[in-house]
Amino acid sequence: MTDQEQAARHDPIYDRLHATSEFAELRRRYRGFVFPATVAFLAWYLLYVVMSTWAGDFMSIKLWGNINVALVFGLLQFVTTFGLAWMYARFSSAKLDPLARQLDAEYNKGGDA
Amino acid sequence: MDTQVLTTFLFLSVVALTIGITFWASRQTKTAADFYSGGRSFSGFQNGLAIGGDYMSAASFLGISGAIAVYGYDGFLYSIGFLVAWLVALLLVAEMLRNAGRYTMADQLAFRMSQRPVRTAASVSTVVVSIFYLLAQMVGAGSLVALLLGVDSQAIKNITIIGVGVLMIFYVVVGGMKGTTYVQIVKAVMLMIGSALIVVLVLAEFNFNLSDLLGAAADNSGKGEAFLQPGLQYGASLTSQIDFLSLGLALVLGTAGLPHILIRFYTVPTAQDARKSVLWAIGLIGAFYLMTLVLGFGAAALLDRDQVDPLAGGNQNLASPLLAEAVGGGEGSTGGAILLALISAVAFATILAVVAGLTLASSSSVAHDLYKGVIKKDEPVSEHDEVRVARIAAFVIGAIAIALSIPAQRLNIAFLVALAFAVAASANLPAIIFNMFWRRFNTRGATWSIYGGLIAAVGLVFFSPVMSSLPTSLFPDSDWAIFPLNNPGIISIPIGFLLGYLGTITSKEPAAEDRFTELEVRALTGAGAEQAVKH
Repeated sequence: MTDQEQAARHDPIYDRLHATSEFAELRRRYRGFVFPATVAFLAWYLLYVVMSTWAGDFMSIKLWGNINVALVFGLLQFVTTFGLAWMYARFSSAKLDPLARQLDAEYNKGGDA
Repeated sequence: MDTQVLTTFLFLSVVALTIGITFWASRQTKTAADFYSGGRSFSGFQNGLAIGGDYMSAASFLGISGAIAVYGYDGFLYSIGFLVAWLVALLLVAEMLRNAGRYTMADQLAFRMSQRPVRTAASVSTVVVSIFYLLAQMVGAGSLVALLLGVDSQAIKNITIIGVGVLMIFYVVVGGMKGTTYVQIVKAVMLMIGSALIVVLVLAEFNFNLSDLLGAAADNSGKGEAFLQPGLQYGASLTSQIDFLSLGLALVLGTAGLPHILIRFYTVPTAQDARKSVLWAIGLIGAFYLMTLVLGFGAAALLDRDQVDPLAGGNQNLASPLLAEAVGGGEGSTGGAILLALISAVAFATILAVVAGLTLASSSSVAHDLYKGVIKKDEPVSEHDEVRVARIAAFVIGAIAIALSIPAQRLNIAFLVALAFAVAASANLPAIIFNMFWRRFNTRGATWSIYGGLIAAVGLVFFSPVMSSLPTSLFPDSDWAIFPLNNPGIISIPIGFLLGYLGTITSKEPAAEDRFTELEVRALTGAGAEQAVKH
């Protein structure tokens, strides 16, 4: 494979930005939030699917009138989805965006180098 | 008033409105960036609405409520999976894709890999996923129109499918991304208002007591309490239980690999706007899926079984429109006629907006990835030329979708969409995730995971009971069903990830690893990302 087949060699400013402590911190914060959050919501969702399939007796317990555990469990998936989306919105604008903006500004300053 | 006259009038109004929007948008579509991404000038809120319009398809509006009306609680899984899936898009994909790419899903792979192989692979899978998804929408349109004209005529269904196909080609060819986006925004607003209206009327029948609604649904379904419990559709055997798990996986992992959704992230100026659009979309889509619960159980409670249950000769895809007729006063009443016509027009607008998004995604990929990136890789391609090819591609894809939809009409539309999700989750998601988070990932890994996931998902469906062996199969009189599950995801998604891993570790590509540095900086900071077009 020749080098021409690859996209052109990148601007060295990306290497400089990549090496800064701000970038390392940005990446650490981002991954520190999204990786555990993804594991958590996928596990919670799969728990719901598995319980629906193999824990029919538990899911069929009636709580109020005709409202059973299965319905409440399903509705809780909506609650956790809204909740996690809201938490990520707060987290990213407080902890990620300022660092990203700072690095982007540095790029724009030195981008033509 | 005669329902058919009213319905025809409302359908034609929807068509006229969307054609008007498209012509208006065409005057602002000049460059390739306008055609592919609407000049990246939509706000987060506008794009959130458009994502809702792109995503809440006929499968959601007609398919889920129908599945709940027939199978009760098991239909609810679709709603939950389709919503939770948005967290994958929000946390892992939307912002980074916006920063790293330009117009298509392939862009972010081609960013650091060998152009020809990855663009070809991504384009093939974009077209396949989009065509499966298109089939679902067009089949839904056919049965909807036949119902409204009150005749179960195959000719009318076929004419409708052709008409929808012609319209979607028109939207894309003339309006590009701008026209498509406004059609989707209008549809999202219509769908939310129309659904909310029916939900309120259904709940009013039960004095806003959800428990009473559920009780009536269980009684009327003839299945009793089992109707409100999981397992009616999927609980019969271990095979069907695993099928359910497989469906659940495909739903939650498919969304972030759907090309027509991914290209929507390019229509906003920054990654922060992409995040905002997903947040708006989650709110909108979540509210809508909560309403499908009431629509589905409402249809089960208020309609006769022979209207919705396919085993009793009904059509489950029509549960929502028939429910609208019932809460409006029933068949023959003026209120019923008006609501039936209104909700059918909403469903029709829903279908038009989604097919436009799908046609745009696939024709963009053919022009930008296959034509510019592969066929004409070594010579300059003018923007004008590239957009011309995209328009031609829209014609070809539209024609293929029409030709395939006509024989696919026996299939449940929620199932057809689930299949598109399975292919997207198996072929596209592994490559997208690996590319963003794994420096070592390379061209061979990307092509192996895309082709491998694609072939596994489509191949397993081909050898499943969907195609042959059962009375409900596409070919009921033959039997080559050696794979027992209807939903391939549980096997094909791990295959996609595994092949991505194996392809990567069996080859070395220092340039791709080197360019990961730039990809990572760009994806996380937006440094050097594509800017919005100023007119």
